Amino acid sequence: MTEQQNKEINEFLDKSYEFGFTTEIDSETLPPGINEDVIRIISSKKNEPEFLLNWRLKAFAYWKTLKSPDWSQLNIDPIDYQSISYFSQPKQSDGPKSLDEVDPKLLETYEKLGIPLHERAQLAGVAVDAVFDSVSVVTTFKEKLAEAGVIFCSFSEAVQDHPELIKKYLGKVVPYRDNFFAALNAAVFSDGTFVYIPKGVRCPMELSTYFRINEAKTGQFERTLIIADEDSYVSYLEGCTAPMRDENQLHAAVVELVTLNNAEIKYSTVQNWYPGDEQGKGGIYNFVTKRGDCRGNNSKISWTQIETGSAITWKYPSCILRGDNSQGEFHSIALTNNLQQADTGTKMVHLGKNTKSKIISKGISAKQSQNTYRGLVSMAKGASDSRNYTQCDSLLIGNKSGAHTFPSINVKNSTSVLEHEATTSKISDDQLFYCQQRGIDEEDAIGLIVSGFCKEVLKELPMEFAVEARALLQVNLEGAIG
Amino acid sequence: MATDNNVILEIIDLSVSTEGNQILSGLNLIIKKGETHAIMGPNGSGKSTLAKTVAGHPDYLITSGKIKFLDKDLTLMSVNERSNLGLFLGFQYPIEIPGLSNTAFLKAAINAQRKFFDLKDIPANEFLLELKSKADQLGLDQSFLSRGVNEGFSGGEKKRNEIMQMLMLNPKLSILDETDSGLDIDSMKIVAQGVNSSRSENSSTIIITHYERLLNYLVPDYVHVFSDGRIIKTGDLELANELEKKGYEWLTQEK
Repeated sequence: MTEQQNKEINEFLDKSYEFGFTTEIDSETLPPGINEDVIRIISSKKNEPEFLLNWRLKAFAYWKTLKSPDWSQLNIDPIDYQSISYFSQPKQSDGPKSLDEVDPKLLETYEKLGIPLHERAQLAGVAVDAVFDSVSVVTTFKEKLAEAGVIFCSFSEAVQDHPELIKKYLGKVVPYRDNFFAALNAAVFSDGTFVYIPKGVRCPMELSTYFRINEAKTGQFERTLIIADEDSYVSYLEGCTAPMRDENQLHAAVVELVTLNNAEIKYSTVQNWYPGDEQGKGGIYNFVTKRGDCRGNNSKISWTQIETGSAITWKYPSCILRGDNSQGEFHSIALTNNLQQADTGTKMVHLGKNTKSKIISKGISAKQSQNTYRGLVSMAKGASDSRNYTQCDSLLIGNKSGAHTFPSINVKNSTSVLEHEATTSKISDDQLFYCQQRGIDEEDAIGLIVSGFCKEVLKELPMEFAVEARALLQVNLEGAIG
Repeated sequence: MATDNNVILEIIDLSVSTEGNQILSGLNLIIKKGETHAIMGPNGSGKSTLAKTVAGHPDYLITSGKIKFLDKDLTLMSVNERSNLGLFLGFQYPIEIPGLSNTAFLKAAINAQRKFFDLKDIPANEFLLELKSKADQLGLDQSFLSRGVNEGFSGGEKKRNEIMQMLMLNPKLSILDETDSGLDIDSMKIVAQGVNSSRSENSSTIIITHYERLLNYLVPDYVHVFSDGRIIKTGDLELANELEKKGYEWLTQEK
């Protein structure tokens, strides 16, 4: 590689983060720190029923007994949980309302992010819930969805309007005792998205939530709960961005999915939180617990994730395959650049008979970044005739980055079949030269090679977002040899 | 040498080394519009080095001499600039890019070229129609277009794919580096027909080969024999036929 090429590649990689702007907006932010009072304040601001406050308090009491996890490959500066503010909301907002009442500055923010909230201007057939710092500011297409019986609203609204559903499903898939960040989230979660698809309904449009952290020194702790009742189907997508700030900000979300008999949830994530600068300063800590419960027979949950942002990503979207013949899928692209670290993968827990799971993981590491796949496939004694197929591919760009794979397999019956394939490759000088000889500049060449590498996962995304995801990979990746 | 706008490529006293080894030493060559030149010579004589140097491969270092392409100093241009100006290299070993479809790759290449000349992207329909007709011409199945670039292709398919790319990009100068190696007779005929169809008074071709067989189909204007990094003899198809009978030793010893 010549000096000139190295330079070009580095410039390509150094492209700045596009969504790093902040919005000047009056916010009501709780002073930093966490204690029982903070939790009571959050709960009372949201006018929550007793059961929910008690659940939060129990979670907090449990969290206090825990230590921050350190088992992974990650290099995490200690987090001072007393220096984070646990609640922030744009002043005017008391919760989602009609678009006419939303602060124009907020609408502008989402406009800049490429997410127009005006329903007329929207991507055809996509309903959006916009979460700004700790609260949901607006949800679109509510009426149209209500006609189909679909509930799509902020978590806070769901607590007021459908407390019975919240009580029935909250914390059932990811209990607050699950892990350190799940416990923290349960104690202080502020908002998020709630979806309920009734029996026999195929949700008439794509649903999506856009998460935006704006305020400094705040954490974002949202919860998403999606329930697909019998014979229903929904496709849901979440997107995330944050301004460029020097300090690390914590994002500790919890997502719970439940599918009943014959139901299917397709859950897609395009995560583009601010990754920090080239020296590794700032950026989001993305510590997220996502799990789906294929509770019903013949039900299906599929996770697709495009992880390009965050200083550190720690997440393992998982499936509990409880119902007989249920299916779980995990399709992942994790791209790290500069000093980013990602430790991501999935758990497929086969409990029901004849259950199937598929894992396709594509890790791309550039510059000095570290990218880890960590996965578990377990097949219980009763999960007879179950199948798993796992494919983990790593692509290294340059010679300073790292790719690590930690698959774990645990089978307790003799009739199941598992397959595991893994590859590690590099973007070779020859590939770059070949593209360039055909007139394609180095930047575009890297983008093309990576999109080829990711093809199997990109094709899982809803059409509207596949193009966006490709562009995002290109921007985040560009020039990745260092 | 005076400016002659019929000259496409002008190589003057070129010396090139790679990994510290001198490969080309004092090479001179002029290619004019519409001409087809064949380059033959024993292994290691510098044929492929010439191809890669002209294309701008970063592993090849020009230690002295000049290369002019369309009267511009080629050595100052990036690899993709050379390509956009009309220089095409048919690879001896075409590179695989898994997952990236042939169609997407070629479209990116064509649009890069158009962008270079401030033209808008090619309309999708126009592109696809042309691509399909070129694929037909080379006897490549339609399914071939959606497969990954050279991914799992047979040797013959790879070479035909190179020629298809050449036909789509419409270069001013094509350098075909052992495009005939590993081809059966039928594939070679198809490839030769493809190359012949691209020949015009405005395009020139350099064919690097070991065998006269391809040259019998293409009938070059000149045949050059390389040895130790320079041309030791120039002739026409007769020379190639003679080499086929007598081998290279006949010339290298004569020298």
